[in-house]
Amino acid sequence: MKEPLFSSRNIKLLSGPLNLNNPITVQILGICSALAVTVQMKPALVMALSVTVVTAFSNLIISSIRNTIPQRIRIIVQLVVVATLVIIVDQILKAFVYDVSKKLSVFVGLIITNCIVMGRLEAFAMAEKPWRSFLDGLGNGAGYGLILVAVSFLREFFGSGKIFGMQVVPRIMYENGYQDNGLMILPPMALITIGIIIWIQRSINRDLIDKS
Amino acid sequence: MFSNRYIFIYSTIIVAIVAVALTLIAVGLKPYQDNNIRIEKMQNILKSINVVATPKNAEALYKKYIVKTFTLNAQMKPVDVDAFSIDLAKEVKKTDTSARLYPVYIACLDNGDSSYIFPLRGQGLWGPVWGYVALKNDFNTVLGVMFDHKGETPGLGAEIATETFQAQFFGKQIFDEQGNYRSIRVLKGGAKPDDVHGVDGISGGTITSRGVDKMIFEGLKAYLPYINYRKKI
Amino acid sequence: MENLLNIFVKSIFIENMIFAFFLGMCSFLAVSKSVKTAVGLGIAVTFVLIITVPVNWLLENYLLKPGALVWLGPEMAKIDLSYLSFIMFIAVIAAIVQLVEMVVEKFSPSLYNALGIFLPLIAVNCAILGASLFMQERDYHSITEATVFAAGSGLGWFLAIASMAAIREKITYSNIPAPLRGLGISFILTGLMAIAFMSFMGITI
Repeated sequence: MKEPLFSSRNIKLLSGPLNLNNPITVQILGICSALAVTVQMKPALVMALSVTVVTAFSNLIISSIRNTIPQRIRIIVQLVVVATLVIIVDQILKAFVYDVSKKLSVFVGLIITNCIVMGRLEAFAMAEKPWRSFLDGLGNGAGYGLILVAVSFLREFFGSGKIFGMQVVPRIMYENGYQDNGLMILPPMALITIGIIIWIQRSINRDLIDKS
Repeated sequence: MFSNRYIFIYSTIIVAIVAVALTLIAVGLKPYQDNNIRIEKMQNILKSINVVATPKNAEALYKKYIVKTFTLNAQMKPVDVDAFSIDLAKEVKKTDTSARLYPVYIACLDNGDSSYIFPLRGQGLWGPVWGYVALKNDFNTVLGVMFDHKGETPGLGAEIATETFQAQFFGKQIFDEQGNYRSIRVLKGGAKPDDVHGVDGISGGTITSRGVDKMIFEGLKAYLPYINYRKKI
Repeated sequence: MENLLNIFVKSIFIENMIFAFFLGMCSFLAVSKSVKTAVGLGIAVTFVLIITVPVNWLLENYLLKPGALVWLGPEMAKIDLSYLSFIMFIAVIAAIVQLVEMVVEKFSPSLYNALGIFLPLIAVNCAILGASLFMQERDYHSITEATVFAAGSGLGWFLAIASMAAIREKITYSNIPAPLRGLGISFILTGLMAIAFMSFMGITI
């Protein structure tokens, strides 16, 4: 029997990574290239979209050709497909959102070695049908994006009183002694913010707590 | 399960497909990318004479305001090179300083005065910083500046790219009353209110401030023979 | 010489791969549970960096950069292959890691036993590709500068992962709130260490 495109099993592929199976906070994948871009929301959002596109399409492509890939060179083939997609994304960013692409600099290239992409290819796309793999890629990209956007929101809001570059903390607050927390802008706070997000998430979903 | 022959052919096909796809995309998008870089440069130059341009109108505004460009060699003699096409990043790197080229842009302002724009490039904390300084036609007073950077710390060194920092330069002078070259100093701890040669540095962005300071000092110093020559006329 | 020393110190302490750019965090968090494995991975990363960055530097300067092909003749000066850099860099890294693995296995079985399991992990370690991309972006002037930068970055990474592992070994005895245990506390720890490393900022020699 043919499964409908959005059966509940498939929907789960999309929603799982957003919370209980989140690539960053639960699977510990893809932390590397992302945190440095979370100072402001706009680059973080573009980065999240780029990763989602790369994960989804590399999953789709690898899954479609999974039966033809010789086992011995599969990692190289995966890397080539991912690298190609990343170059395409990078070229498009440079052509159409130049200012953001300058901010992301080398981090677009680093999507290639983002463990989420390779991790999902190995764990999912090599064994599953294209459509399901595509959804899995979308879901994981979105789960990753969710954390990125959350972290960048906190950092931009508390660090510079802005959201998407727009001033949201009113001037009157500054005149009465409010100050932006400069520490939030510095790289270490990205790590601490994620640490706290993990803490909150695990306090709510107690099954995720480390057993050891 | 797969023979070596299969693997070999397989990888060749993959590489061929990838190469063709990438080349097509790169060639197709290249004009857009080059245009972005060109437009950005125009916006930056215009910003130094306090004209804010969007990517859409930069080209038209550039044509309107920038009336003349020319290039000087290290001996400050004019050479026949298009000033706009010069990549300062490459010029700064030349080990042989006598081979360096120095572009100058001349703008005609709304009030009919002309302004002389000098591009600069230096080193911040994490990477290069660059900018443009526009002098009024007395070759002394600053009309405006524009600075940008590759990756200075956001909120600290990166503040050099903000309006607040750059607005300080307006009306400052690069020569003292005796005509000695003083540049515009970016001072740690702040400049005195009546200091016409100094602006406030960025607190927490000391290295970047120092980089900008050095960039202005060294950058304008290279143009001094030309500036002095024009001042006398 | 001064310049080289500057690059070296800068890449270890100030532009530390982990504390300033978060590169190689995945393996950093996965492997930093015991000091012994952390040291093994640290050495392997440094080793691979010192080989791959100079090779990629040559590739960048004689093949990929706009105008890099000029040594083939002046008519090649217009060619810009920089769009291929990602794929070339990763291919070089994957190939070299494979090669290193085979060479080490053949000539030094004891080293292979120590490093062997880490080598395959390294091809997809962001710190390795990251170093090559930073090398490209910062546009180092000579191959020596690139090599020194690679050595410094590797050592910085090594330092970070070894000290992190030492702290994590101790922390197993601490009473941490349950939801924070494991991953959460590691993130916060890394953050605190990064703040400590920030005090090196601004050092120039």
